[in-house]
Amino acid sequence: MIKFVPQLINLFATLILLLSFAMISQRRIVSLIHLFMIQGAALVAASFLLAYVTHQPELYISGVLTLLLKVICIPWMLHRMIRKLNVRWDVETLLNIPTTMLIGIGLVIFAFSLALPISRLSDAVAGGALGIALACVMLSFMMMITRSKAVPQVIGFLSMENGLLFAATTVTNGMPMIVEFGIALDVLVGVLILGVFMFQIREKFDSLDIHHLETLKDE
Amino acid sequence: MSALGVFSQLMALVLALLLAPLLTGWVNQWRHWLQNKSAPSLLQPYRTLHKLFNKDSLIAEHASPLYRFAPYVVFGCMLLASAIIPTISTDLPLSPAADAIALVGLFALARVFISLAAMDVGTAFGSMGARREMLVGFLAEPALLMVMFCASMITGSTSLTTIVETLAHRDLAIYPSLLLAGVAFTMVSLAENARVPVDNPDTHLELTMIHEALVLEYSARHLALMEWAASMKLFAYSCIGLALFFPWGVAEANAPLALLLALPVLVFKLAIGGMLLAMIETASAKMRIFRVPEFLGTAFLLAVIGLLVNVLLGGT
Amino acid sequence: MSALFLVLGIPLLGALALALVGHRAYARDINVVFSLLSFLSACAMTAQVIQDGPQFVWDKQFYIDPLNVFLVTLTAFVSLNTAIFSRPYMRIEQDHGKMTPPRMRLYHSMYQLFSFTMLLGFTTNNLGIIWVAMEAATLTTVLLVSVYRTPASLEAAWKYFILCGVGIAQALFGTILVYMAADKALGSEHATLLWSSLSDIKGQLDPTIMSLAFVFLLIGYGTKIGLVPLHSWLPDAHAEGPTPVSAVLSGLLLNVAMYAVLRCKVLTDGALGTQMAGQLMMGFGLLSVVVAAFFISRQKDVKRMFSYSSIEHMGLITFAFGMGGPVANFAGLLHMTVHSLVKSAIFFTVGHATQKAGTQVMSEIRGLIKVNPAVGWGLMLGVMAILGMPPFGVFASEFLILTTAMREQPWATPFLFLALGVAFASMLIRVLPMVFGDTTLKPLAHPPALIPVFVHLALGLALGLYIPPYLDGWYVAASRMLGG
Repeated sequence: MIKFVPQLINLFATLILLLSFAMISQRRIVSLIHLFMIQGAALVAASFLLAYVTHQPELYISGVLTLLLKVICIPWMLHRMIRKLNVRWDVETLLNIPTTMLIGIGLVIFAFSLALPISRLSDAVAGGALGIALACVMLSFMMMITRSKAVPQVIGFLSMENGLLFAATTVTNGMPMIVEFGIALDVLVGVLILGVFMFQIREKFDSLDIHHLETLKDE
Repeated sequence: MSALGVFSQLMALVLALLLAPLLTGWVNQWRHWLQNKSAPSLLQPYRTLHKLFNKDSLIAEHASPLYRFAPYVVFGCMLLASAIIPTISTDLPLSPAADAIALVGLFALARVFISLAAMDVGTAFGSMGARREMLVGFLAEPALLMVMFCASMITGSTSLTTIVETLAHRDLAIYPSLLLAGVAFTMVSLAENARVPVDNPDTHLELTMIHEALVLEYSARHLALMEWAASMKLFAYSCIGLALFFPWGVAEANAPLALLLALPVLVFKLAIGGMLLAMIETASAKMRIFRVPEFLGTAFLLAVIGLLVNVLLGGT
Repeated sequence: MSALFLVLGIPLLGALALALVGHRAYARDINVVFSLLSFLSACAMTAQVIQDGPQFVWDKQFYIDPLNVFLVTLTAFVSLNTAIFSRPYMRIEQDHGKMTPPRMRLYHSMYQLFSFTMLLGFTTNNLGIIWVAMEAATLTTVLLVSVYRTPASLEAAWKYFILCGVGIAQALFGTILVYMAADKALGSEHATLLWSSLSDIKGQLDPTIMSLAFVFLLIGYGTKIGLVPLHSWLPDAHAEGPTPVSAVLSGLLLNVAMYAVLRCKVLTDGALGTQMAGQLMMGFGLLSVVVAAFFISRQKDVKRMFSYSSIEHMGLITFAFGMGGPVANFAGLLHMTVHSLVKSAIFFTVGHATQKAGTQVMSEIRGLIKVNPAVGWGLMLGVMAILGMPPFGVFASEFLILTTAMREQPWATPFLFLALGVAFASMLIRVLPMVFGDTTLKPLAHPPALIPVFVHLALGLALGLYIPPYLDGWYVAASRMLGG
């Protein structure tokens, strides 16, 4: 059973990468939130597995924290937000979806090549997944850039945090507990603030289209 | 070239011929049941084929010899494809004739002929169907090739029989790259076999057809051969999927007992596969034609990521 | 060591208190009181460090050494003066109708919370907590920037959040890589993110991992410093918030980010043995100086112009630290100090000037000296100071940086001179009409706060003429620690 665990962790890593791609190509916001939730769940599963195989109870705590925050709390807040803001329809993207996917592939190749020498140096159980984590971060970053509505940008930001947390979990078996709590707190407060912001943007501009937020320029 | 080898080769061909319509009938039954309708009999496709072979063929006046010739070419391609896919045995004397890449080429050959034949008679729907078929094929082929490369990278060979043997003998392991390749392969086979969400095989609306529009003008034995070839294509794709992702139970060389067992195993696997296909079809809605490039682009990119993941994770 | 708890605890307490009573009239005074108490605790802590040398607090979680002790005091000092400035300023803003009592409450409590996060960032020994503090500082200032709730400020705050969030995420990845290097060098039992422990073993950290880590850390924290090309959030955020917020953002937050980069640079230099970190910093720094100088010549909004000036000066500081060596490091530290003082002074005067004129567009602000001589002269002197006129402190540090550059990196000097020259000309052309000439402006309803302005300018002048021995000792000790 034990020898399955690294493979299972790699499987979860691939699942997380798959979900990142699915999020880039997704058009409906509700599905985006569901994908984000599944990504969080995969992350939690990977943490628990890693905790089991490396006998580090801190990873259990980290997994529970991620579960509470990324799978339960934040999706619930996002659902409430979009219900109040009434944004459910299709999202337009800056580039069309096949082009986005091709750029995504380029980013994945770049991330993998960057991470390959480093993951060879790692002694951790799932060290090979660093490239996948970096690729997820870059894909979320691209999602933030190519979306023109506020909610997908927020989800991209959160998904980036997921990727980073995954990197921390696989490469170093988690960060010191206090740092993890700090990061979780930051993310939670960040989402709250973003939620408040979206209401105000909606109030002022009557729309959550980011194109309205491009008027400040050097004339 | 042992006697057992020749026998298993013949068995593979015969099974493909006989079981393909049964698979189509099975998928149809399940589709109807899932949609809460009463299903036609399991043997209905056989009756359809029988009916069609006994009719008189009606051909347009200005049809070229290509039109008459195409169904035989297509049927021949599918037959050859079934010959090299290890359905019940990896001991296939004909397998050195073509590896996985050539297999993709075989399907492409069939596609070219069927499209040419559709355009041959000059009807509007024929040309439309041909254009759409080429669009789907143009995008699906690279994806299929990438899936094959994924499997080849793990096993070190592009010959399907070697792939099956190697994968079956490995210790039970989870290959994330094969997971990605599997998802990509499912999407490609849905597109190539004209299934929902790419194309609805039950449709009677010509403007939404892809595959049906190609065979709109055919009748009698030509139509029978085309329909049979389509069933065999579905059978072949299912068997490729089983060979790459669930290779256990396939007999090896010099194992007559295993050969006997391989048949029920195959039937079982195909039954489950057919059920899953029916479920996917029922749960999805047909997508608009201009979304198909996105769909297939996703499949291609998933397969490429599968390759990259294989490189990164060292093919654990 | 108990002074540190006061230094951190007082702003936190202040934030809580002001969250409750921040909307009342006396809240502004309470804000000043809390800032004053923080400043006094910072002085007490400084005295302790002078007496006892660098110290650890609370099981090595906090570390006070020459590099951060004067930055802590500087931060507390500038926060105090900004709080004093904010008293009349925000009162006038409330009279003009731009602020409502609930927003004042948010403003005051976030102001104190922001001070807390900056002080935490400076004093913590844990690289992960530095990251948490930077992110928390970003979050508090996002709320502060958008407090006017105008479309422009919402846009600025959103852009700030998203761009800095992305940047900081890269820094988190860099921190993870540092932890991985520590894990490799120390084994998982003893792996730690404590900077002091890592600094002891920095020679054993794996070079491949550390070089990649530094790149991510520079990109991440560099976004917060405002290095080109990651700077696009800075002019908007600094220009759209209330002026006290612009002052602390330009004067203080950029320093915290710079400090984080410096700590990481020390580790990287030790691990790599090559000059890669320094060269990267020089490249980004030079690029920032040149690009920002040219952008200054295109500005029409006064606060945007001064935020580009901040980018330029931070670029210069980054360039100086990139060069390394005792003189350049000293100059960089000196420049950090005087830039904070002078830039915040400029923002104070600009704040009152824009209040008088009712607009931030430079062509509509004229003749400040006629209406309020103190504000006018304050602005004039401040601009002279920031442009590097002797005998102000900026001249001294720029002189040191340029001479070191001429000696060690001669290829960079033409660019630096060109950029500084362009900035000089552009700013002067714009500021002279603002200060002199005829005016249509009316005086303000309440007397402006000008003591902070002149205190800062006086200090800027004093540091240009004479650096007191203990400050000099700190600078030297800090630059030695930075590897010069």
